[in-house]
Amino acid sequence: MALSREQMAQRVARELQDGFYVNLGIGIPTLVANYVPAGIEVMLQSENGLLGMGPFPTEDEIDADMINAGKQTVTAATGASIFSSAESFAMIRGGHVDLTVLGAFEVDVNGNIASWMIPGKLIKGMGGAMDLVAGADNIIVTMTHASKHGESKLLTECSLPLTGRGCIKKVLTDLAYLEIEDGAFHLKERAPGVSVEEIIEKTEGKLIVPDNVPEMTFA
Amino acid sequence: MSGFNKVVNSYEEAMAGLEDGMTVIAGGFGLCGIPENLIKQIRTMGTKDLTIVSNNCGIDGFGLGILLVDRQIKKMISSYVGENALFEQQLLAGELEVELTPQGTLAEKMRAGGAGIPAFYTATGYGTPVGDGKEVREFNGRHYIMEESITGDFAIVKGWKADTYGNVVYRDTAQNFNPMAATAGKITVVEVEEIVEPGELNPSEIHTPGIYVNRVIKGTFEKRIEQRTVRQG
Repeated sequence: MALSREQMAQRVARELQDGFYVNLGIGIPTLVANYVPAGIEVMLQSENGLLGMGPFPTEDEIDADMINAGKQTVTAATGASIFSSAESFAMIRGGHVDLTVLGAFEVDVNGNIASWMIPGKLIKGMGGAMDLVAGADNIIVTMTHASKHGESKLLTECSLPLTGRGCIKKVLTDLAYLEIEDGAFHLKERAPGVSVEEIIEKTEGKLIVPDNVPEMTFA
Repeated sequence: MSGFNKVVNSYEEAMAGLEDGMTVIAGGFGLCGIPENLIKQIRTMGTKDLTIVSNNCGIDGFGLGILLVDRQIKKMISSYVGENALFEQQLLAGELEVELTPQGTLAEKMRAGGAGIPAFYTATGYGTPVGDGKEVREFNGRHYIMEESITGDFAIVKGWKADTYGNVVYRDTAQNFNPMAATAGKITVVEVEEIVEPGELNPSEIHTPGIYVNRVIKGTFEKRIEQRTVRQG
């Protein structure tokens, strides 16, 4: 079975470490916040200018001046700080954020990522995605392994305009967890009940498969 | 006005001098921390062919979106413009020009513009359509593109409190692009929720020092929320 969105978030959350500053993109990455392992502290960075993002507010707490990068109303966690967008991207570009999780349309064997523009469709903009991929060392991309039509999103070379070049090392899809190194995807884990053959079939870019590919487990 | 007193009492006065073809830098992220009344004043004035530098372009009927109704905007420099049907229509009809700029690069372009730095190098956008045609340089084995800074004829800013000298404090994430915008206008206009006397704001806690600010006006704000999200309390 392919992973659900919640399971993908759960798997990503296992990469969180105590004391990490983390930027979570919109969509599945946002859900990661729900699965922070017990006993560790992480602080969420929201690129509009908030370090220490708390939960959504209650009706009574809603404040138009307090939003996240997805423009949703949020609260500030204890120990949060608030700053300008220039300061926020100084943190991001300067490599101070420990982990960035974001979605993508395509990733390729050289660590290139395409996530913002589909030619022929209306272009809404890249927001902070280009800064995040250029600035972070530790990035996890979350996306489905293949399109609804079965076309692989793990490619020899991205076909869409890039968001960043040579910046992605880790990919979690609904079928597998993979790392990118030396011009290839390396299969590290597979979703429960998903065969190595299915992953090979749905990976267009060069794929290195070890003898033993452990299955992910979920409580 | 006398001495350092920057307070003006009408929106006409606040935006006096804005002319067709000018560049206006606006603070705000989404609808949060936008100078909503200064934008309305631009709509009232009917100024045309404006270049607007702002992370977003509001929504239909609110924020910078209202300047689209009479086609007052010639060009937008933004990182994300996805929440606006009229915007989409004018873009597809070729009536509106858009320069999409990564969010961090946009913030830095304003910051550098206000700080007298004409250009800077960043890895953001290298090898992407954003880097096309821009100078590339290598530092310590990594590629960077040169980005030019931005200044505006006007900067329009939303603050929380200001004193009459134009020292400004922002509230929560309504800060966003406002401090950089404030530095980058030839004429910087700040609208705030409250104006206090000099000395009432803690000097150590001022976000925008008055030297950047030309006019201050007190407004009342709707503060519309774009994505109302709650948890059960």
